[in-house]
Amino acid sequence: MDKAVESSSLSPSVKEPVLLKTNIVGFNTIVLREFNRIIRIWGQTIVPPAITATLYFVIFGSLIGGRIGDMGGYSYIQYIAPGLIMMSVITNSYGNVVSSFFGAKFGKHIEELLVSPLPGWLIVGGYVMGGITRGLIVGGVVTAITLIFTHLKIYSIGVVISAVLLSSIVFSLAGMINAVFAKNFDQISFIPTFVLTPLTYLGGVFYTIKLLPDWAQGISHANPILYMVNAFRFGFLGVSDVNVGLAYTIMIGAAVVLYVSCVWLLHRGVGTRE
Amino acid sequence: MQALTFQQLTKTYKNGVQALKGIDLAVQEGDFFALLGPNGAGKTTAIGIVTSLVNKSSGKVQVFGHDIDTELAIAKSCIGLVPQEINFNQFETVTTILLNQAGFYGIPRHVASKRLEKYLTALQLWEKRNAVSRTLSGGMKRRLMIARALMHEPRLLILDEPTAGVDIEVRRTMWTFMRDINAAGTTIILTTHYLEEAENLCRHVAIIDKGRIIENDRMSRVLRKLQTEVFVFNLRNPIAAAPVLPGYAVSMPDDHSLEIEVSKEQSLNDIFSQLSASGIEVLSMRNKTNRLEELFMRLVNQKEAAHG
Repeated sequence: MDKAVESSSLSPSVKEPVLLKTNIVGFNTIVLREFNRIIRIWGQTIVPPAITATLYFVIFGSLIGGRIGDMGGYSYIQYIAPGLIMMSVITNSYGNVVSSFFGAKFGKHIEELLVSPLPGWLIVGGYVMGGITRGLIVGGVVTAITLIFTHLKIYSIGVVISAVLLSSIVFSLAGMINAVFAKNFDQISFIPTFVLTPLTYLGGVFYTIKLLPDWAQGISHANPILYMVNAFRFGFLGVSDVNVGLAYTIMIGAAVVLYVSCVWLLHRGVGTRE
Repeated sequence: MQALTFQQLTKTYKNGVQALKGIDLAVQEGDFFALLGPNGAGKTTAIGIVTSLVNKSSGKVQVFGHDIDTELAIAKSCIGLVPQEINFNQFETVTTILLNQAGFYGIPRHVASKRLEKYLTALQLWEKRNAVSRTLSGGMKRRLMIARALMHEPRLLILDEPTAGVDIEVRRTMWTFMRDINAAGTTIILTTHYLEEAENLCRHVAIIDKGRIIENDRMSRVLRKLQTEVFVFNLRNPIAAAPVLPGYAVSMPDDHSLEIEVSKEQSLNDIFSQLSASGIEVLSMRNKTNRLEELFMRLVNQKEAAHG
């Protein structure tokens, strides 16, 4: 019989390593399952954002961008490229977790995890890693498309990687909270359509907020996506509309608050247990 | 050792429904235990609490001595659950479902692959290992859920209506498999609507109704509490009216059969003598209902009568 099963007869000091091993294998299993899901339905997960990004680059970058001129000291297509990559990372990280977790709730196979010995914090971590995986795959594809249309210089690779990871974590967690509360499929598309998309478009993906009047700049500073897009753009171009240190504080703070909230919701059984 | 204990377990749902009203229960290690009750009695709620799919309102639950309030992970690792409703990912293959399940319990892939073959073969699903699960028949889906519950080789297997909607041939195959698993040392708790199933498989039985346990004993002792049985006699020739047999309640469902209620003190020989004397020839005889079903209905009805 396996150690995980035999553990009930073990002393407390021996139980911890056994549970640690269970947690490691369990975490890897969740991540692998999420990865396989992303690949299995690649037509829904990878192709659409690639087509969307291509259209953005053709229309806003090549056709219209040439008439706009420079922005922030760079050609328009170079200026919007980091924002478009970040937009695809954000929407796909969010979309992966919200659809996978809600799908598991809807199909009841979330119960496979809920009855298992895996703790809530690890289940949340597994789903977030799935969201990061899809965000990075799609981000990589969009970056490759970007390189077809323009040259991308990297100002700070550390900022690029940390900003994309933090943004992906934040929106994976946000997607999970949406999925926890959602009772039907309409409710998992409501937030992306009516909240996420407007915030992304108004988050400085296509323009510098310095073009806006003061009052609009003030409102823009309340948009968390502004900080993510600008931190990421700073990593590529070395220019930002916001203080990069503040952007990191907001991203890390949001990640911590959302992670604790997700674990608490799962522990309480909100939306998952009776 | 006790595989499972409930102490004053209660559950009140948000809508005010009191599903469990302070139940006490102990299931011994190695037992094959039936948990029976009508729809809405509280069986699935009790199972849900043990497996942490339902939050209890109060009381204590221990699995092999591990309290679910303080040692939840260890307690859960001892349990395998076959739920009432199909709850695997219908877009995944049989193999993927089983390997994932093993992974959730910390079983490495190489161990899981061997177990997968063992249980799929035993449950006659090996040929379907690469099939997408939604393409399986109802009986195959039920067997897949049993295989899934066994992937971490739990010490306590909880089967919630495992044979619902399964044809009799497959059901009997599953019974044999469950007996073998139990004989190998796994404690089994079974809820079922097929009372014949519980009578055939289980050594102990608890009957739950309206959130309370109304009977909890050895199956043989419970069945001995039956004071009467109804026998159906199939007749060679049609009869116009039910004969009068002193001391027996006789009814005639059709002109070729009689139903006669027989108490423990009465003799079947006496019935045959009286029927022969009346010129009635009996071709065959059988129990009208499953004995446990009869007792079950009586207990539930008595309880309802007692509560007005």
